[in-house]
Amino acid sequence: MEIRLENITKIFQAKDKTETVAVNSFDLTIPSGKLVGLLGPSGCGKSTTLYMIAGLLEPNNGKIYFGDEDVTDMSPEHRGIGLVFQNYALYPHMTVRQNIMFPLENIKVPKDEALVMAQDMADLVGIGELMNRKPRQLSGGQQQRVAIARALVKKPRVLLLDEPLSNLDARLRLQTREEIKRIQRETGITTIFVTHDQEEAMSISDEIVLMELGLKHKFLGTPPINIFNGEIKKGTLMFNDFKIGPHDGADGECVIGIRPEGFTVVKEKGKIEMEVAYVETIGRDTTLVFEYKAPADFEELEAEGVNTKEVSDEPVEIKMVTKTFKVIVDASYKFKPGDVVNLDVKSNKLYVFNKDTGEYI
Amino acid sequence: MLERESNLKAWLYLAPALLLLSVFTFYPLFNSFYLTFLVGYNYLKPDKIFEAYTLVGNFKEVLSDKLFHQALKNTVVIVFVSVPISVIVSLLIAVALNGIKKLQGTFQTIFFLPYVTNAIAVGMAFAFIFNTNYGLVNQFLGWFGMDPVKFVTLGATWGTSMIALLVYTIWGGLAFKIMVFLAGLQNIDKQYYDAAKVDATPRSRVLRRITIPLLSPMIAYITITSFIGAFKAYRTVIGMFGASLAPPGLLPKDSLITIVGYIYSYIYDTAPGAISIAAAAAVILFVITLVFTFIQMWVSKKRVHF
Repeated sequence: MEIRLENITKIFQAKDKTETVAVNSFDLTIPSGKLVGLLGPSGCGKSTTLYMIAGLLEPNNGKIYFGDEDVTDMSPEHRGIGLVFQNYALYPHMTVRQNIMFPLENIKVPKDEALVMAQDMADLVGIGELMNRKPRQLSGGQQQRVAIARALVKKPRVLLLDEPLSNLDARLRLQTREEIKRIQRETGITTIFVTHDQEEAMSISDEIVLMELGLKHKFLGTPPINIFNGEIKKGTLMFNDFKIGPHDGADGECVIGIRPEGFTVVKEKGKIEMEVAYVETIGRDTTLVFEYKAPADFEELEAEGVNTKEVSDEPVEIKMVTKTFKVIVDASYKFKPGDVVNLDVKSNKLYVFNKDTGEYI
Repeated sequence: MLERESNLKAWLYLAPALLLLSVFTFYPLFNSFYLTFLVGYNYLKPDKIFEAYTLVGNFKEVLSDKLFHQALKNTVVIVFVSVPISVIVSLLIAVALNGIKKLQGTFQTIFFLPYVTNAIAVGMAFAFIFNTNYGLVNQFLGWFGMDPVKFVTLGATWGTSMIALLVYTIWGGLAFKIMVFLAGLQNIDKQYYDAAKVDATPRSRVLRRITIPLLSPMIAYITITSFIGAFKAYRTVIGMFGASLAPPGLLPKDSLITIVGYIYSYIYDTAPGAISIAAAAAVILFVITLVFTFIQMWVSKKRVHF
């Protein structure tokens, strides 16, 4: 079933009447039967969005649709959702079986039928042997499977997972994300999960929804993409004094994004010619780090405590800062700090954005 | 070396408390056991402070005393009626209080006020509430065409005066229990309720299957301490009926006496050996309380989760 959020806004009001906008005019469509990750940094409103889909939080504005049905004002128990909480919220005094059967008892499924359904669901998530244990006798991964089984046993239309892997250790995380993928595939249920971990999001989801606007978060991956403040001058893309290549965008300032693996090393006459600042070798990759001077960005000034809001008539001295960018090269290149390197940019790895709107051009 | 030094320091810090406890708690505790074995104890006779030793004589005397039977009966009624009712009522009030958002603080204060109010004053207020001619209770009963019932005035029976006493006892015990339950309720993770909501759990089931089990350690604690407290009931009787421990005119005298009241009456009895009777009664009360506490702890181990 498709889920659609239209223009959703959620404002939290603290006791002292200060308001925090957690989600601002957010639109989202989640296709039916897909496993979708809501990815974003802490505090970007992704969990809030999940809880609004669940119906535990009410949006201040906007509409939520399940298929064609408007569920905005529907209470959670009528929405047909299964929710897995970040800390699982398993009832500590009930056994695994009682926990999984609890939603069925609420809707008065006959006991023998409920027992069979609970066992089937427990088998599906791989905890069929642990039915008589209490949650505290289970590992984190097992507890989470119980939570998933409890969420799925009543055959919901949507499965929602809040930070499903955050409470697990690294090895269990790998295993669990495969499990979630498998369970979702086997049940075919539309699933939404929230995460702040890009790798996690990329590894399990069919689609990723990025929350929080702003260029920084439009890119994923480690090491992160290199961002340059560039300029388009008469059809040529410039970065500092380097001509990167022709570009048909309108003249003016722009933002250039190049992934570390988007460069190639050439013998001479590269588009960028610079001294290597230092070299990092991790496994089969060699990363060259280059340093260059550039005017400080607004955010960087603010981070340093410079008041950027005060308007002054005095001429402002442009603060230059040292910025770096990373280039991944084949380990066969033996560069030392101080070597001058000629770099070309793979044209298909070059991204140019409007500086103000952040739009891709 | 270091360990010995820190041990010494620890004992030094404990010394003031231990000294006071020794004088005012440990010594009286052991002394009262000792007193139960004496016959004719009289501290006004320094030359011959007691007449003889006895192993069970004082206990026998207490257990065959009609007044002690009365005291035991009253205490048992107070314990087994007031404790369950006040635990259940306070639990329901706490759940209700926890459910409201507006004015929660105000109501919390109102429900806590009885705890800081003088029990004797409250007892007098209750005596007035139960007054035959002017009391609220009888006015209320009058609306239903019932004749005034004599609860605390001349003509009251053991039954009616016990009802008044129980109502007062239950009410007086609510405040503390509500506070403890409320603190316990506020400690329950909200996500359990969110999970229950998503799973379409009816409210009564939420209370029965989630709230009460998760609150069970608190309920056990409150029940055990309330039982112990109720076995020691005395103040409430004094507060309502005064030192006579009974409504006026009700015979036999001291008809609402409790075990602690019984102990008091023998402590202040100047007859030789009376103090040993008081000590024996105190030891009996101690044993009863101990047995009940053990039973409850054993039950709660099986029933209380976590």
